[in-house]
Amino acid sequence: MKRDDIIKIVGILCYILFLIASFVFGFNPGKEIGYNFVSFSVYMLKILPCAFILIGLFEVWVKRETVEKHLGEKSAIRGYIWAVLLAGTTVGGLYVAFPVAYSLYSKGAKLSVIFTYIGASAICRIPMTIFEASFLGIKFTAIRLFVSLPLVIVASILLGDYLTKRNYKIIGR
Amino acid sequence: MYYLYIVTGLAVLISFIVNREKTLKAVKIAVKRFANILPAFLIMLILISIVLFLVPDKVISDYLGVNNKFVGVLIASFFGSITLMPGFIAFPLCGILLKKGVLYMVLAAFTTTLMMVGVLTYPIEKEYFGIRVTIIRNVISLFIALVVAVMIGIFFGEIF
Repeated sequence: MKRDDIIKIVGILCYILFLIASFVFGFNPGKEIGYNFVSFSVYMLKILPCAFILIGLFEVWVKRETVEKHLGEKSAIRGYIWAVLLAGTTVGGLYVAFPVAYSLYSKGAKLSVIFTYIGASAICRIPMTIFEASFLGIKFTAIRLFVSLPLVIVASILLGDYLTKRNYKIIGR
Repeated sequence: MYYLYIVTGLAVLISFIVNREKTLKAVKIAVKRFANILPAFLIMLILISIVLFLVPDKVISDYLGVNNKFVGVLIASFFGSITLMPGFIAFPLCGILLKKGVLYMVLAAFTTTLMMVGVLTYPIEKEYFGIRVTIIRNVISLFIALVVAVMIGIFFGEIF
């Protein structure tokens, strides 16, 4: 076991002990942290199993050649369009986008498309965008999208090129 | 949220009818991937639970309403970066703040960093992309969020 892993395990154990002690002795800040933990865990557990099942299905059904053709080195502009469209249908947020991005990458998508997907899934998920527009107005949402999306794509291309030159590989799990 | 269940359910069903073995393999991959990243998720959830206790909505609303708009944008970016909340909490909060007179550009900085910059998702991002790329991506995202805030400020006539 690595040193980092031991630190993590000790940290998690301390956290759990702290929560238990808080509930036993009625320490309110600790109880509140416990409720936060539970509510966020429940929220994410509603999304994550589905997300990972879809990733699994993607892995077994979608051919590597298909991903390479549409999202790979030779995909040109099409790769970015796919990345944005795929991001639009992503649920949850960054924490769902990362495993999906890794899956795409392992099937041959290029780095700039991967970073576009991650950035776009942060800013233009369709349900979230509609929700945003209903509270802050369509003008707000439209400006935000028109400003951020091109910047995300340009930054992704620069970052992708830079990392490709340096032979960077996504580690993945 | 329900469309996610419907899509997943249908996908599994169709996959199962077409090829049972492949579907089982897919489920195995899903479980394995999920299990591998679970410790990072656990750490993220712990961080979220603590940060949300230290920085509740009320504190955020108090600070976002400061008088100096550029300070407001910076504070909003800070809170947006270090917290994590689902859209159904964040946007109603922004709606309330807007009615209270908080500027659009401050809200833009807050929501955009909330969506793009992930200090709390760092444990997960690092597992996939490594520390260096995670930091680069987040710094770029912060910069993009600031540009968005300035543009929103210009379009809504808050800067000039």
